[in-house]
Amino acid sequence: MTDDQPIPGTVMFDGAMAMKGYALNKMCYSFNNRENREEFLADQEAYMEKYGLNEAQKQAIRDKVVLDMIAAGGNIYYLAKFAGIFGLSVQDVGAQQTGMTVEAFKNKLLEQGR
Amino acid sequence: MATVVGGLTTSHIPAIGGAIAKDLFQDPYWKPFFDGYPPARDWLARVKPDVAVVIYNDHGLNFFLDKQPTFAMGAAAEYRNEDEGWGIPTIPAFRGDPKFSWHLINSMVADEFDLVTCQEMAVDHGFTVPMQLFWPDYTYTQVATVPLCVNTVQHPLPSPRRCYRMGQALGRAIRSYPEDLKVVILGTGGLSHQLDGQRAGFINKAFDTLCMDKIADDPEYFLDMSIPDLVREAGAQGAEFILWLAMRGALGDRVTERHRNYHIPISNTAAGLICLESVA
Repeated sequence: MTDDQPIPGTVMFDGAMAMKGYALNKMCYSFNNRENREEFLADQEAYMEKYGLNEAQKQAIRDKVVLDMIAAGGNIYYLAKFAGIFGLSVQDVGAQQTGMTVEAFKNKLLEQGR
Repeated sequence: MATVVGGLTTSHIPAIGGAIAKDLFQDPYWKPFFDGYPPARDWLARVKPDVAVVIYNDHGLNFFLDKQPTFAMGAAAEYRNEDEGWGIPTIPAFRGDPKFSWHLINSMVADEFDLVTCQEMAVDHGFTVPMQLFWPDYTYTQVATVPLCVNTVQHPLPSPRRCYRMGQALGRAIRSYPEDLKVVILGTGGLSHQLDGQRAGFINKAFDTLCMDKIADDPEYFLDMSIPDLVREAGAQGAEFILWLAMRGALGDRVTERHRNYHIPISNTAAGLICLESVA
């Protein structure tokens, strides 16, 4: 039953990704703390520098593009804390990643229950 | 001696915590989900567990990638809920039973499951939402809790077989405790969902139905699946089904299904609830 083929549209967050994304995920982990969220919002560039993000990670954060964050090693559980700062739900994040409107993405979810 | 009275599974989606805080029980979107829970609470009122062992995954509250244990157990007198960063209100602390936790740790490590032990442990929605669903209105302090955290954040995740066997070791550990405690096992998370990548929004009703149909009487059906198999069938975060298998392993050979509910969607997830009673 096992099948080792890649799964389309899915990045397995493994050791290689965990190393690649460490700084980005560490920054997002810091957003559990309200003072850190406020410090980030006050000066995003300085905050990213403090956590040592590379340029690809910084640009993905500036652009708020989740697929780019994932490509740069971001893990969705930590990225969700970044999204939360801007009041984005997992439907907003899902819509952005699939190139759909949020309404269309929500409808897609509803249709799978019918 | 301690006994396992049965097991409960439930999804642990963070939005549920928000909906509970806003009393959305009768809201048309939420009603089909929340209406599934009263029969499970009635069952709990009948079997009266003293302790809940909660098998869940941390989503970046207690653990970060600097130290990511595969299996970790709490051994504290209380477990605090803390800010997860995106606004679900924090709730009062949960009660622990360190003496029972240490018995489980000693027994399971002797049984070859080398748990990380935590004398301080913050619990996130993976733990708090199921506790609130089964013990509403902050009544959850009527049971002691033992958090058992399984890594689903970073691959390699423990396989379905490994988790099922870990559950079996947990069951043996509970049954060897000399005090007359009644223990319920919560397997949280699932069912199918995927939050990340172009495949976000993936839900697989057929596979979820198979999970719910087989978890009581044929859980071993899933044990040859790999984690990639599970990700393919259930979605990247649907791999949390390993937590259901761990729960099932602890219940012993025979169980009776008392109740189930299944609803698509809550947030991005197919929500599954099942109530299994152990048959002595």
